Amino acid sequence: MKRLILLLTFAGHQVYAQDDLLSELEKKSDDTEYAFATFKGTRVINGFSVETKGKGELEFIFAHRFGTLNEGSYTLWGLDDSFVRLGLEYGLTDRLGIGLGRTSIDNTIDSYLRYKLFRQSKGTSSFPFTITVAGTINYKTPSTKGEALTSEDRIAYVGQLNLARKFSSKFSAQLTPMIVHRNTVEQSYENNDDAALAFAARYKVTKSVSVSGEYNYRLSPHTDSPYFDAIGFGVDIETGGHVFQLVFTNTRGMFDRWVVAETSGDFFDGDIHFGFNITRVFQIGKRK
Amino acid sequence: MKRLFLFFCLVISTCLHAQKFVTEKAYVSFFSDALVEDIEAINRKANSIFDINKSEIAFLINNKDFEFRKSLMQTHFNEKYLESEQFPKSVFKGKVLGFDATKTGLQQVKATGKLSIHGVTKDVEIPGTIEISGTRITLKTEFMVVLKDYNVTIPQILWNNIAEQVKVTVDFVYRPFN
Repeated sequence: MKRLILLLTFAGHQVYAQDDLLSELEKKSDDTEYAFATFKGTRVINGFSVETKGKGELEFIFAHRFGTLNEGSYTLWGLDDSFVRLGLEYGLTDRLGIGLGRTSIDNTIDSYLRYKLFRQSKGTSSFPFTITVAGTINYKTPSTKGEALTSEDRIAYVGQLNLARKFSSKFSAQLTPMIVHRNTVEQSYENNDDAALAFAARYKVTKSVSVSGEYNYRLSPHTDSPYFDAIGFGVDIETGGHVFQLVFTNTRGMFDRWVVAETSGDFFDGDIHFGFNITRVFQIGKRK
Repeated sequence: MKRLFLFFCLVISTCLHAQKFVTEKAYVSFFSDALVEDIEAINRKANSIFDINKSEIAFLINNKDFEFRKSLMQTHFNEKYLESEQFPKSVFKGKVLGFDATKTGLQQVKATGKLSIHGVTKDVEIPGTIEISGTRITLKTEFMVVLKDYNVTIPQILWNNIAEQVKVTVDFVYRPFN
């Protein structure tokens, strides 16, 4: 018995004696690491990225698409025409965001909710993707002239799931299945429901500059559809609180309903719009 | 006699046990005082071990645990400046000089050792204070870190926003490690 006590009392400090202090700390702080900054902005080009705003952050998005490059010198390669979207997105939590926007195309208001369901992580608990779900309502505002459309006719819905993986600190890719439902369409060449799969990727050239691409593949276009798959390429430049995204795309749309279902330009025929998204972030709420 | 011996063993072993102390409460902050804005970040999840017999000390900080007032600053700090994916941890390991474990009350000490930030390791000397009260040890220190020394580069456009050197404040409360 006495021997046992002796043994126990000495055994106690034997365990800690040999290890170096730092390796002890390493053991203590073994933790889950979450991927961050998968994309620079909340948009890759035309569509959402998995990124949501942090809690209390307000993002102002000023997006612009000019006319097409193949209009030639008469319209200064499209610069005479412009389509604008003004938008706000606010982080209610680090994962839940709410947004509101107004586009000059069809005088449309869009409003959405986004929630980051899963975060890519490694370590104690690992998960391969960041997944964000988003639901949007679009409403074409009526003009004062009084058209035949009812308020219901003016509404469209979009549901989507953004799945992204940050493969390295430079390269990220994203896959987005989505569904667009428009209450009223021109039945002869449009569907009420359109499904699409969007592929997007970005590559960081320097710490503050990255290039990105986005392809929006329509899964079930109407057989007589005059529309095209939306394609876009862009350069993101980040300076402090601003992100400047310069884009080339065949769609005028700056929201999913238009991008998926009403992209009228043929990219390979030169119907390419130059444009930009400029975002400015303000921290207006407390983080805790 | 045997009992006395046993008792003696017990006393010795418990004393030895308390040679190592770990952080019970940790506070590490840094402060950048620049022309346009002040930037402050706080990390309460830092870990430290203090071996009072050998006067050895180590601390380990996960860069991602620094919390900023603005989420965007936190992202930029990790993505562009500290590059936390590549260099997730900042580490100090060294010896505490002028520390007397038998003395209670405030004492001035100095730590010398290696500070590793952003993949660069430098020999540093950091002055601080230690106070022993009961079974707790409080360590406080304040020192400057020159960003350039650790290859942390600031883009020219943000020179007015981020200071060239930042003030680091450390406040650890240790408890016996068992």
